Amino acid sequence: MLRRLHPDQPERFTFTPANQAWAEAQITKYPEGRQASAIVPLLWRAQEQEGWLTRPAIEYVCDMLGMAHIRGLEVATFYFMFQLQPVGAVAHIQVCGTTSCMICGAEDLVGVCRDKIARHPHQISADGKFSWEEVECLGACANAPMAQIGKDYYEDLTATRLGRIIDGMAAGKIPTPGPQNGRYASEPASGLTSLKDHATGKDSLNISARRARDIGDTIKRIDGTEVPLVANWGKQSGGTAAKDPARPAPGASN
Amino acid sequence: MLQDKDRVFTNIYGMHDRTLAGAKSRGHWDGTGNLVGLGRDRIIEIVKASGLRGRGGAGFPTGLKWSFMPREGDGRPSYLVVNADESEPGTCKDREILRHDPHTLIEGCLIASFAMGAHVCYIYIRGEYIREREALQAAVDECYDNGLLGRNAARSGWDFDLYLTHGAGAYICGEETALLESLEGKKGMPRMKPPFPAGAGLYGCPTTVNNVESIAVVPTILRRGAAWFAGFGRPNNSGTKLFAISGHVNTPCVVEEEMSIPFDVLIDRHCGGIRGGWDNLKAVIPGGSSVPCLPAGLMRKDALMDFDWLREQHSGLGTAAVIVLDQSTDIIKAIWRLSAFYKHESCGQCTPCREGTGWMMRVMDRLVKGTAEIEEIDMLLDVTKQVEGHTICALGDAAAWPIQGLIRHFRDEIEDRITHRRGTTIAAE
Repeated sequence: MLRRLHPDQPERFTFTPANQAWAEAQITKYPEGRQASAIVPLLWRAQEQEGWLTRPAIEYVCDMLGMAHIRGLEVATFYFMFQLQPVGAVAHIQVCGTTSCMICGAEDLVGVCRDKIARHPHQISADGKFSWEEVECLGACANAPMAQIGKDYYEDLTATRLGRIIDGMAAGKIPTPGPQNGRYASEPASGLTSLKDHATGKDSLNISARRARDIGDTIKRIDGTEVPLVANWGKQSGGTAAKDPARPAPGASN
Repeated sequence: MLQDKDRVFTNIYGMHDRTLAGAKSRGHWDGTGNLVGLGRDRIIEIVKASGLRGRGGAGFPTGLKWSFMPREGDGRPSYLVVNADESEPGTCKDREILRHDPHTLIEGCLIASFAMGAHVCYIYIRGEYIREREALQAAVDECYDNGLLGRNAARSGWDFDLYLTHGAGAYICGEETALLESLEGKKGMPRMKPPFPAGAGLYGCPTTVNNVESIAVVPTILRRGAAWFAGFGRPNNSGTKLFAISGHVNTPCVVEEEMSIPFDVLIDRHCGGIRGGWDNLKAVIPGGSSVPCLPAGLMRKDALMDFDWLREQHSGLGTAAVIVLDQSTDIIKAIWRLSAFYKHESCGQCTPCREGTGWMMRVMDRLVKGTAEIEEIDMLLDVTKQVEGHTICALGDAAAWPIQGLIRHFRDEIEDRITHRRGTTIAAE
């Protein structure tokens, strides 16, 4: 599948201070000289910050990791989660379309997106708020059909329900993610057939929905201050890539 | 019937206490130092004796895989890499371990890493599993705070660091060498084998790549003994297994059951039966999108959900992701969608796969519409055989098998559609 950088690119990119600190901490997970290993998480954070992955962001991350820009471009164009074009200002909706979801009604969900957002995938809605695409299996097949919106999975969807979720988001609300039909997680909808002892006294939400509700960052552009930075793992390297004077400073090429 | 006391994953729905304290109350992290104290050889021996076969799809014996790691160091570090890039369509079992029962995996990582002489483990999670990654990271943080990871992890005398990293939406990164490429910061294109990862894997160092579930069951196996685990399922197919059932059953779910459970028992016990009753069953994809579908006739009774029985039917257990299709399904279209998936996910490295997946998808498209020629069915079958086995990794095979299964069992339906279409076209002229 052909993936190219968008013709209109912003002038520059920098991480917010908190995202920069987060990114530098990620680099310490890998041995000295292997900082390139951090490229996918760093590009992803850049996209979370901006909504889509821009050329200056790719170059900035490459400079941080001491990589040639072409290596970063290779990675950015290879992995499908990187949005190489602008997305809706409020949310980009990714409907799972692979077989399990397809036979459970995913085509109707795509229909809702076409009606409510735009005729074509990756096209931004007239009000600028939304965009959508059909993606390959998101790995929540026992809760089909489903869609990912921002960080979260909205599962056990119907066309009506997805329509309401989009309307809610347009109005500034974030409906609680997770199963939309009253299920807790991936247990049988009619009631537990195993582990029945745990049914009482449980949290009202499964952990994904709980985190989404508590942090409130489902469709937020991430600046790094949402959750405190924790990096208590043993350091493989000193994480000095960005500070090494022999390397260009981050963003120096912009 | 598998009882709760014999389930490895006792919080798979996340309804119990999700903290470390909760995991401990369910029996995890109990005497982990002593388990490590069994020693490398004994651990591998027990895992081998348990009959555990890899849960990521290929079913390779886990203990045997560990034994390939070099015993004597040559200065290079060894690595355990956990494959949490769960992307096989139909598969959603590891997700539940990662987010709701993460301590089974973390404890397993410590023990498995010790057994292969690794002080460092990376868990590579698919990029879309964002909350799952957060939940697992929170559990890892808790373990560091409580001395279960880091220096002298869990007072085992073994220094051990565990890192989470992630992909960004490439199915191919679930292939072990593509995963290693991705972990090194490159495009996820599979490597030629040999050298195998145990000889030269991550950063050129000895590496073992294991599925999440394979690692997560190990602490319980060591605690309860190889004989306990081997007591479930038929010989060579032992253990308990997470099944993920999706599609046209009344209540789709993820559930842990014993291996070799009959298909009808699995569906009736946990999924409320087939939607519209058993007569409404059309076909089953028993192990994730890569394995050939099987028709209702084969699956209605005495169908055993294990590696060997399904292989005898020219299909496979794969990841135990069961996709159920009822009579309302356009089976040709269902398989076409898988062809579209493989075309989308081919990394483009090998010509037979890069070109073949697109070619197969386009012919499948015409089979769905009925606009192909009858002869093209055999031509398509022939092309699948030319893709199969002629690529570096198994994605080419995985793209070929669903189509072969379709033609093997539903050729009549394909032919009928072509004939009917031709009939209506002529009538219209």
